[in-house]
Amino acid sequence: MSEKNINITLKVWRQKNQRESGSFKEYVAKNVSTDASFLEMLDAVNEELISKGDDPIAFDHDCREGICGSCGFMINGNAHGPLKSTTVCQLHMRNFKDGDFLTLEPWRAAAFPLIKDLTVDRSALDRIIRSGGYISVNTGNAPDGNAIMIPKTAADEAFNAATCIGCGACVASCKNASAALFTSAKISHLGLLPQGEVEKEKRALSMVGQMDKEGFGACTSTGSCSASCPKDISLTNIARMNRDYMKASFSKKPETHSGDGA
Amino acid sequence: MANSKLDSKIPGGPIETMWEDYKFKMKLVNPANKKKHSVIVVGTGLAGASAAASLGEMGYKVKAFCVHESPRRAHSVAAQGGINAAKNYQNDGDSVHRLFYDTIKGGDFRAREANVHRLAEVSTSIIDTCVAQGVPFAREYGGTLSNRSFGGAQVSRTFYARGQTGQQLLIGAYSAMMRQVDIGQVDLYTRREMLDVVVVDGKARGITVRNLLTGEIESHEADVVVLATGGYSNVFYLSTNAMACAVTAAWKAHKKGSFFANPCYTQIHPTCIPVHGENQSKLTLMSESLRNDGRVWVPKNKNETRAAKDIPESERDYYLERIYPSFGNLAPRDVSSRQAKFRCDEGFGVQGQNAVYLDFGDAIKRYGEDKIAERYGNLFQMYDKITGENPYKMPMKIYPAPHYTMGGLWVDYNLMSTIPGLFVAGEANFSDHGANRLGASALMQGLADGYFVLPYTIGDYIANNKLDKVSTDKTEFKDSKNAVETEISKLMNIKGARTVESFHKELGRVMWDKCGMSRTEAGLKDAIKTIGKIKEEFWQNVRIPGDAADMNNELEKAGRVADYIELGELMCRDALERQESCGGHFREEYQENGEAKRDDEKFCHVAAWEWNGANKPQTRNTEELKFENVKLATRSYK
Repeated sequence: MSEKNINITLKVWRQKNQRESGSFKEYVAKNVSTDASFLEMLDAVNEELISKGDDPIAFDHDCREGICGSCGFMINGNAHGPLKSTTVCQLHMRNFKDGDFLTLEPWRAAAFPLIKDLTVDRSALDRIIRSGGYISVNTGNAPDGNAIMIPKTAADEAFNAATCIGCGACVASCKNASAALFTSAKISHLGLLPQGEVEKEKRALSMVGQMDKEGFGACTSTGSCSASCPKDISLTNIARMNRDYMKASFSKKPETHSGDGA
Repeated sequence: MANSKLDSKIPGGPIETMWEDYKFKMKLVNPANKKKHSVIVVGTGLAGASAAASLGEMGYKVKAFCVHESPRRAHSVAAQGGINAAKNYQNDGDSVHRLFYDTIKGGDFRAREANVHRLAEVSTSIIDTCVAQGVPFAREYGGTLSNRSFGGAQVSRTFYARGQTGQQLLIGAYSAMMRQVDIGQVDLYTRREMLDVVVVDGKARGITVRNLLTGEIESHEADVVVLATGGYSNVFYLSTNAMACAVTAAWKAHKKGSFFANPCYTQIHPTCIPVHGENQSKLTLMSESLRNDGRVWVPKNKNETRAAKDIPESERDYYLERIYPSFGNLAPRDVSSRQAKFRCDEGFGVQGQNAVYLDFGDAIKRYGEDKIAERYGNLFQMYDKITGENPYKMPMKIYPAPHYTMGGLWVDYNLMSTIPGLFVAGEANFSDHGANRLGASALMQGLADGYFVLPYTIGDYIANNKLDKVSTDKTEFKDSKNAVETEISKLMNIKGARTVESFHKELGRVMWDKCGMSRTEAGLKDAIKTIGKIKEEFWQNVRIPGDAADMNNELEKAGRVADYIELGELMCRDALERQESCGGHFREEYQENGEAKRDDEKFCHVAAWEWNGANKPQTRNTEELKFENVKLATRSYK
């Protein structure tokens, strides 16, 4: 660690709530330690705002270890900022230079309505999961763990898809605000495992259906989702989802879905 | 002396069949009647989500609450290393009894035997359930499940999903719960913070919550309330816990009549990234699994200035291997943390800092960089991001940090607190880990409680109690709502000069210095006085901007810090009264060659604190602990 201090100018989207219109405001973060994380830099800005009697900048965050998926906003047009495979809570100030000018904006997508400042409502992603992102097995009726043998390669590939943290960066960086990477990661994770294969087709139909219903855009395979994904979820998952969906659409009628999905 | 206020309701009989026998004796609720009963579950981490999913599947009407925007964000997600289960897939001598024995010994003989045995029994079903849900556990080339070793055990019983076992298990429980949401068995309430338990006719019948988006105070009723709201390590300000982890829900229940047990039992995890500066907001854990291949050492010379690579083998002190030859680098957490602190206090810390080395040099030589990357890649990457140093090239620097709290709300064998109808699961209760938790046992306990214990004991409670419908129009609900609103306006009206954060930092420093890895009588007495002053100033001088009838993060934080201040005081009192050392509770006055010295004559009991009203000290009640299946002995890992 070679610590030094830098000054950063921030241009931040401030909006009290959905009813009021928002605007950009400028703040200067002074004497920021390069060992600090990006969110710790924002904490310091907020402490100063509170001391002055102003409203602090609202942003979602929790684990600050890059795993809970709570944090995320655009820094100069990049979801989670300039560093690849990194959530904004794991982005450290040593990646910036003294005098840098950074624009911070919330995720922008019709399916992610704004709540306040940099905080948006991502419950659409939960509704996609509830429409079929599970294996229909009740607690207590499972065979022995080793009764289901799974080739290591399949387990590893399923795991790679399962690492998605549901942060929404894929949606925010897509020009169509598509949730294809998120949805396909779940479809792949479960579909690649023998336990999940049983419901593969039904799952693809209902999750893709819900994704469309939420108002996410279509996928045009530009790949910016995967490029901005902090967990490096691969585009292959989208191909797999499309294949499952096509197969399911041709082979059988969708079963009636029990919930209303909204 | 044992106290009559605490009935542990241990069913009795041989421990091996106790849970099975008891399950048969418990009353059942017939399937058609289950839909007439409702359960509130607060918290959607492993314990909460698994309970909500299982109860929903059984037919109960469930309402699940979380502070996050999505239930999948609960802090269980951050658990890295793994989950224990007595499967004995490795044929290395594991058994239910050995897991039971290791956990009792690991907890330094301060946990309840009956609860721990049940935990070891159901551990195997947890793995089966998770596999069926599609949790992508690590596998061998033959297709079977893979295991690794964790601290405090000499067998390999830890199941894992690379360095993100918690996330994968939580997604399993969350998906199972979302399936119930979809079919209407579970109603989901996100961004709600529980601020009170509503007690009607002596039974928990609901909760009062604040909607964190609108500021609205809401009342919710049910037949049973489950708290699965996690631990309180954030009392130290800097910990490995997520920012929103709070004692608030448990503390409000405590104030309503739930006894708080063993608050001084806190776990300081040995392998965390050291503190870097004043503005740091949290600490990051480096999984215990790293100690499978990493070797812990400090330089043999005080004030060593050379870089690690320039210090020859003969001038390194691999102190865990030296002091604990039979467990080596896999000594349990309390012991490993204490030894790291001793080395640094003696002046052997890396470059004068509070840090020791965790070195993968030998492992990389033996297995190659690729193999090590496959095992720990994401942890190495995380270390690199945070510190700017490459652990493949130079050893990690680590130091202990607050990580888990074994103390929590007192519960009986049914996991019910001293408020009838209020059940407590996961880290929020006190029951299974005694004075020190072994690695990979938190995930096991959370899921055991939610999947396999509560679904039975809640049914028995419902079948045995007449639970008339209550409405939120009842006085008790209105009184609770008024009390919550009054407290919020009191906070908002202080309009002082200091930020919430500054109070939290001040409290954290006192707790870390005086009630952290080692404690003394004088230090604890001093801390109690200082905390009193912090409390007084907080209620006169805290500044909360904005409006209570709106999203207000500072108000949320202020409420949590107010509760942490009160808890901090109780932790110090509990640590002061427990005049012995055990597990993570290390009183400097009670030690033998640097090891914790228990006093089984006087302290072989649970201390459960009873709330007596604001500004009155809590009463210390005790539950005697009996060891009939594992012999009380001095714990040794040498």
